[in-house]
Amino acid sequence: MTTTAPAEQSVDKTPSGAAHPHPRRRPGRIRRIGLPYLLLLPALLLELLVHLVPMVIGTVMSFKELTQFYIRDWGAAPWSGLDNYKVSVDFDAPVGEALLHSFLVTVAFTLLSVGLCWLIGTAAAVFMQDTFRGRGLLRALFLVPYALPVYAAVITWVFMFQHDNGLVNHVLHDQLHLTDKPSFWLIGDNSFWALLTVSVWKGWPFAFLIVMAGLQNIPGELYEAAALDGAGLWQQIRRITLPSLRPVNQVLLLVLFLWTFNDFNTPYVLFGRSAPEAADLISVHIYQASFVTWNFGTGSAMSVLLLLFLLVVTGVYLLLTTRGRKPADV
Amino acid sequence: MRRTRVAAAGAVTASLLTLVTACGGGSSTSDGSNDSPKTLTYWASNQGASIEVDKKVLQPELDKFEKQTGIKVKVEVVPWSDLLNRILTATTSGQGPDVLNIGNTWSASLQATGALLPWNAKNYAAIGGKDRFVDSALGSTGAQGQDPAAVPLYSMAYALYYNKQLFADAGISKPPATWDELIADGKKIQAKGKSALGAEGANLSENIHHVFVFARQHGGDFFTPDGKPDFTNDKVVAAVKQYVDLMAKDKVIPTGDAEYAQNQSVSDFAKGNQAMLLWQSASANLESQGMSADKYGIAPVPVQSGTPGTGTQVNSAVMGINLAVFKNTDNIDGAKKFVKFMTSDAEQKILNTAYSSIPPVKSVQSDSTFSSGANKVLKDTLATSAAALPQVADESQFETAVGTAVKELFADAAAGRAVTTDSVKAALEKAQQQMPTK
Repeated sequence: MTTTAPAEQSVDKTPSGAAHPHPRRRPGRIRRIGLPYLLLLPALLLELLVHLVPMVIGTVMSFKELTQFYIRDWGAAPWSGLDNYKVSVDFDAPVGEALLHSFLVTVAFTLLSVGLCWLIGTAAAVFMQDTFRGRGLLRALFLVPYALPVYAAVITWVFMFQHDNGLVNHVLHDQLHLTDKPSFWLIGDNSFWALLTVSVWKGWPFAFLIVMAGLQNIPGELYEAAALDGAGLWQQIRRITLPSLRPVNQVLLLVLFLWTFNDFNTPYVLFGRSAPEAADLISVHIYQASFVTWNFGTGSAMSVLLLLFLLVVTGVYLLLTTRGRKPADV
Repeated sequence: MRRTRVAAAGAVTASLLTLVTACGGGSSTSDGSNDSPKTLTYWASNQGASIEVDKKVLQPELDKFEKQTGIKVKVEVVPWSDLLNRILTATTSGQGPDVLNIGNTWSASLQATGALLPWNAKNYAAIGGKDRFVDSALGSTGAQGQDPAAVPLYSMAYALYYNKQLFADAGISKPPATWDELIADGKKIQAKGKSALGAEGANLSENIHHVFVFARQHGGDFFTPDGKPDFTNDKVVAAVKQYVDLMAKDKVIPTGDAEYAQNQSVSDFAKGNQAMLLWQSASANLESQGMSADKYGIAPVPVQSGTPGTGTQVNSAVMGINLAVFKNTDNIDGAKKFVKFMTSDAEQKILNTAYSSIPPVKSVQSDSTFSSGANKVLKDTLATSAAALPQVADESQFETAVGTAVKELFADAAAGRAVTTDSVKAALEKAQQQMPTK
C-alpha cells in the first residue's frame, strides 16, 4: 500500500512532470519510472503464479528421483543430481535414443505443419481479398476448424481414419482405387501423415485469420500504382503483399511454431497414450515418460530440456528478425 | 523505487510460499482420522455398459448404506481411461476420495506408493476376516510378504465367447479347446465370409492379459522370481509371437483389429460379424449391445493341448476389481464400514449379478446364481486355471512397455511386415530397457 500512495497523491501533477525534460523533484521521477511497473504488477504476479512457479517446481523435480515410491511425499524423494538429464541425453541408450527420435519426428512434423499452415492460410487470405459473392460465407466456413473444440474435431478425424469403416479409406481405396488395399492411418508409418493432415487442417485457419487482418492494413493505392506500372498478380504479391506482411508473419510463424511443437491434444486424442513410433511427438513422449511409467523425475528433466530448446529457438528467431528495425515495428 | 522493489519481492515470495505449501499437500503422513464421520467419497470403476448404468446399479445400494449407518456416500464413476491417472494425481496431491476401486493388477504398483491403507489383521478383522475371501482373489491384492493394499470386490476371468449360429453355419459342433482347433475352426468360419476371432491390438491392457497367459502356457514368466524384468527369455518371446501370429501367420484375427482399442471387437461380435471373442465377463456388455444370452456360447479359453489347469495349462489371468482406502481419509471408521458393507454377502450377490462378475467371497460364490451357465465357466476358470499377474511394484510400467511392444508388433503384422522371432525379441528387448532400473 505504501508504495502506491505517492503515485496517487500526485496524479494531478503528472502531465506537468512528464512535460519537463528534466524533472526537478525525486517523487516525479519515481512516478514516471514506477507507474509502468505498477501497472504491470498484476499481470506479473499472475504470470508468476500460472507459469513461473510450476516451471520452477518442474525444474526442481527434474533433479529428484521421483518414482512411484516417492510421489506421495515428494519432498522425501532423494536428490539424483544430473542423473535424469544423463539418462535423457544418453543417445546410445534406449531412453535417450527414443527421446532423440521423438525430437526429430517433432521437428520434421513442426516444419511441415507450420509451412503448410502458413502457405494455405496466406494463399486463401490473398485470394479472398477481392470482394465477390459469398465471400463472407466462405470466410466463416474457413474458420470452422479453428472454432471447433479440439477433442470433438480430432475424434471425428479418428473415425474418418479408421481402417475398416473410415471415410478416408472409403474415398482413397473404394472410390478412387488409389491403393491396393485399405491403409492403416492410426498405426504404423502412415500415422505421421494422418497427424500432419489433422494438424494443418486445425492450424491453417489461424494463419488465414491473422494474414487477412494484416492485409487490411495495406493501402489499396499501392496495388493500383503497381497495376499502372504493369505489375502482374504474382509481382504484386511478391513486391507489395509479402513485404507489407513481414511483421505479421514474423509473429505468426513464431506462434504457430510454438503451438505446433508443443501440441499435445491432437496426437493424444488421435493415438491415445502410446503413440505409434512414426508420430511420436515430444509432448506425448514426455507425458508417457512421466505419467505412464510413473517416473516424474525423468519426465521433468525432458521437459526442462524441451523448454531450453524452445527458449533458444525463440531467442535466436527474435534476435534475427528484429535486428536493425525500429521498436515501433515490433 | 526501492520500496516498490521490496514490495514486489515480498509479494513474489509470499505467493511462491503459498504455492509451495499448497503443493506439499501430499506430504501428510497421518494414518487417517475421523474428522468428518458423516460423509465418504467413493470412486467406482466403470463396470457396467456405461457410467449411467453404474450409477443406477450403485445408488440404491449406497442409499441402503446411508440408512444403516447414517453415512452419505458421494459416488463418482471414473472411466477406465482416466482411473489410474486420477489415482496417481490423488496420491501426489493428497486430495483424493476416501474409498476407491482399483484394477487388481495395479495392486502392487499402488501399494508401493504407500498411499493406500494396508489391510493388516486388525483392519481385516473390522470387515469380517481375511478368510471370507477366496485365495485366487487374495493373490492379486499386493506384493507377497506385505499387508495387502486392497480387498477383493469383483472377480473376473477370461472366457471364449462364440456365436452359436456362425458356428452351426460353418459346421462346427463344439467350441475349440486348443489353439490348433481354434485356428482350424477359424478357417471354416472365414470360408463362410465371416471373421473368426476379435482382438484389441492397440489396447495395452488387453495385450498384456493375453501374452501373460500365453507365456504361462509356454512355461515362461515376464519377471524373475525376485521381481526383475525378464522379457526376452525364449519362452516369453515364443508366447508373444504365438499371440501376434494369430493375426500375422494364422490370419484368424483380421488385420483391422490391430488399431482397435475402444472395445470395437466386442461390437463386432455382438453384431454377428465375428464368430469368437476372448473377453472377461462379457455377458452384461453383450446384452447391452443387443446380443441376448441364447445367441452365444461360452467356453474356457483354449490351451496348447489337454485341458485347463495349473502350470502350463493356465488359461486366464485373475482379473477383477479391488476396493482400497486412502490412508489419509478423514473418515477411517466409516471407510472400513463401507468396505464391510460392499463385501457383505447381500451386497456381493446384488453387485456381482448386476456386473456379471464372480463374487470373491466364499459364502456367496457357492450361491446357485453363480453356478450356472456363463458364471460356471468363469468360476471354474478362477478356481482351477487362472494365475495372478506379477505382483511387483513395476507391474504398471510392465503393462505399458510390453503392451506397447505388442501393439507395434500387431501394427507390423497389419502392414504385412514379417513378424519373426528376431523382431519379437527386439521389440521386447526395447520394452525391457524402458523399465525402471532401480
